[in-house]
Amino acid sequence: MRLFDKAHYDFLAVRKTAYVITALLAATGLTFLAVRGVNESIEFTGGTEIQLQTNQPDINTGTLRSALNASGIRGAEIQTFGAPNEFIIRAQVAMAGTDTVSTQQAQAVVDSALTHKLGKDAYTIEGVYAVSPRVGSELRTKAVTAVLLSFGATLIYLWFRFEWRFAVGAILATVHDIIGTVAFISMLHLEISLVVVAAVLTIVGYSLNDTIIVFDRVRENLRKYKRQNLYEVLNLSVNETLPRTVLTAGTTLVATLALLIFGGEVIRGFAWVMTFGIATGTFSSIYIASPVFLWIERRWPGEDARGARALPSPAAATPEAG
Amino acid sequence: MLSSIRNRIIIILLLTAWSVYKLVPTTQHIVTMVDGRPRDTVQTRTPLKLGLDLQGGIHLALEIDDSRGAIPNKADALDRALKIIRTRIDQFGVAEPLVQKEGTDRIIVELPGEKDPARAKQIVEKQAFLEFRITDMQNQFRAALPAMDAALKKAGVTTSSGAQQSEAATPSQVQKLLGADTGKAAKDTAAADTTLQQGGALSSLLYQGAVPGEFLVPQESRLRVDSLIHLPAVTDNMPRGLELLWGNAVQSQGTRAYWPLYAVNQKPIITGDQLADAKATIDQVYNHPIVTFELTRGGGRIFSRETARHIKDYMAIVLDRRVQGTPPIIESEIGRNGQIDLQNSTLQQAQDLALVLRAGALPAPLKIVDERTVGPSLGKDSIADGERAAIIGAVLVVLLVGLYYRRAGLLAILALGFYGLFTLGALASFGATLTLPGLAGFVLSIGMAVDANVLIFERMREELAQGKSARVAVDAGFQHAMPAIVDSNLTTVLTALFLFQFGTGPVKGFAVTLTVGIFASFITAVFITRTFFLIWLQRRNPAKELVI
Repeated sequence: MRLFDKAHYDFLAVRKTAYVITALLAATGLTFLAVRGVNESIEFTGGTEIQLQTNQPDINTGTLRSALNASGIRGAEIQTFGAPNEFIIRAQVAMAGTDTVSTQQAQAVVDSALTHKLGKDAYTIEGVYAVSPRVGSELRTKAVTAVLLSFGATLIYLWFRFEWRFAVGAILATVHDIIGTVAFISMLHLEISLVVVAAVLTIVGYSLNDTIIVFDRVRENLRKYKRQNLYEVLNLSVNETLPRTVLTAGTTLVATLALLIFGGEVIRGFAWVMTFGIATGTFSSIYIASPVFLWIERRWPGEDARGARALPSPAAATPEAG
Repeated sequence: MLSSIRNRIIIILLLTAWSVYKLVPTTQHIVTMVDGRPRDTVQTRTPLKLGLDLQGGIHLALEIDDSRGAIPNKADALDRALKIIRTRIDQFGVAEPLVQKEGTDRIIVELPGEKDPARAKQIVEKQAFLEFRITDMQNQFRAALPAMDAALKKAGVTTSSGAQQSEAATPSQVQKLLGADTGKAAKDTAAADTTLQQGGALSSLLYQGAVPGEFLVPQESRLRVDSLIHLPAVTDNMPRGLELLWGNAVQSQGTRAYWPLYAVNQKPIITGDQLADAKATIDQVYNHPIVTFELTRGGGRIFSRETARHIKDYMAIVLDRRVQGTPPIIESEIGRNGQIDLQNSTLQQAQDLALVLRAGALPAPLKIVDERTVGPSLGKDSIADGERAAIIGAVLVVLLVGLYYRRAGLLAILALGFYGLFTLGALASFGATLTLPGLAGFVLSIGMAVDANVLIFERMREELAQGKSARVAVDAGFQHAMPAIVDSNLTTVLTALFLFQFGTGPVKGFAVTLTVGIFASFITAVFITRTFFLIWLQRRNPAKELVI
């Protein structure tokens, strides 16, 4: 079986449409971000999170809330988690100025409030997560540092392996993916946890990977087809790598979809981000990286200088290889 | 060519054997100290340790708590605390615990599979600072009460309505939350029976206890009294050398419940660092748990000298600033042996207390800054979900590759099998911990491992399409795909390294699986898949067409 065999789509022709799609997605996402804010997990905000399982079917979030209210715990966030008898209670008792003593006490207080109202045997505490706000902000700093540093390191690596025009193209495509993914996260209002940050970083890796493979081919084809202009070489390279791009995206998507559908509640956020990220990473390596590279080459022509000068109308171009 | 193929097969077999060996479970004997006696247990060494999120357990990060007073040498205190916690955890008897320093100011404790997190937290966190102090025999505190009441009144604290009281007492955020009904409690007390002295803000809440220096506080007034005794009006009028400490349990008298409050000497006659041993037993006469202890030789000398000086005085046994039980009277000189009465406790609590006393007191109080507890059943669900997702994902990937590349796809799938084996073997040999994100990373890296094969196969197809012979196409395919594979693998490893450096727990697990997975995928793609192709080319007529 062969997909996209001898394909010669004119990907670069639709680059304006691609830019518009990207801009729309980013705008929507950033609007959501501005309106609803970031939904950070307890790891970053600090506070107490208690997961519990009830063994009485009539207990719902309302029952839990009234049990907590009766003990004077207000403003706790209660939600179901996976099965209908599993709940998460987030008590943000830890506030600025107070420290973990309160996160530890909040846990005890919630427990005793529930015991008091529902009885000791009505529920079991499945998990507790109590983070002091200071540790949370430390983690936030670490996560941001990790993203920025890994970004910088990849940029430097690409700089060495390719010339700077490629590096900038690849980085811009990756920035596109990060913005797209953040937009996606804020649209779904997914909780940003450490694991989701890890997913975003993996997406960065995957998207760069995809772009590198296209650029690798561009570099090779620039050497091979001396008489073609850059527009044609870029289109040719994207088309040549298209089977690989589609197949790899397909297999990886299949894996992340399996995680999304069957992986359970704990990694759902991770799986969402991965699935979306693979899609946007593939999109950007086809529709963003090469056009950006073309644009840079036209503004700042390289030694080869085919980009800016020898640019006939795209319609006249026919790929040499086949 | 033939010998090269033979060498390649030998290397593949060696790698396979090594991975399998690393993945076979072994058993080992572990001697743990349980309550001072060694206990021999046979443990199965599972090749891949499961993270706390998968098998359940507790993760704690502790820091020195200097909110109640400065700690002079924090770095040294932390090092000593680390040693003591390690001793305690070793005696606690958890399989494969982790106690280590993180950075310069934090201790990490991980107890995988621990089913009673509350108890484990007690063991780790309890400072276990034991002191023996004489109670206020001259009733100096009682004598100072009128002055305290007057000072409180001057500061605007009266006995009347709840709203005013809670304002004066300024309870902290948490206390407000804890005792949302402080006001109500205070009203009840105002209507209560005869107290020590009518009218005083503090004295009206106290009842004289049975022992000199012992006062009883009705349970509902406890928070109020606790905030009052920390006000300057009270602390400034406290007789020199005296201190107020709470008891450790509620006492019920008739229908009412009281918290004991003790006025005791600030200076202990002896502290727990002179302790040589501690054991938990059941008191034969009263049938409740007790902890018997033995002092060191030097400690015994000090103790008998001090107790001789204080015959007929009452001695409070203070643990972490809480008076344990009712202070006993000193009948005669006490030598090296003594006991702590634990009336309302279980034997297990007594054993835990003996354990922490034996291990020694923490040089400074510790606070938990990060806690992650995962119940065993939650972990079990996660494993089941993760495994199902991994299997389904892997099957779908195999189907896709098999359908697309047919015969060559079979080679790729076989290579993927080796990839999975090598990855797991390498993870086992590093002693890596498999977390849920780690499992996700594994599933993901399966998808990406396919990529290398896809790159190679696509190249071969292109070369064949240009009319090259099978052998040339195979060589060219591998050769041309190589730069792309190296570049893409290296960038992903770079990302993983930063994740490892800056991530914690689960994220680290993800980074490790990803890194190991990428190395394994590189080896399988460029070495094993190539070997398969070499064998294939060897066995058939080279002139014949290669089908991919």
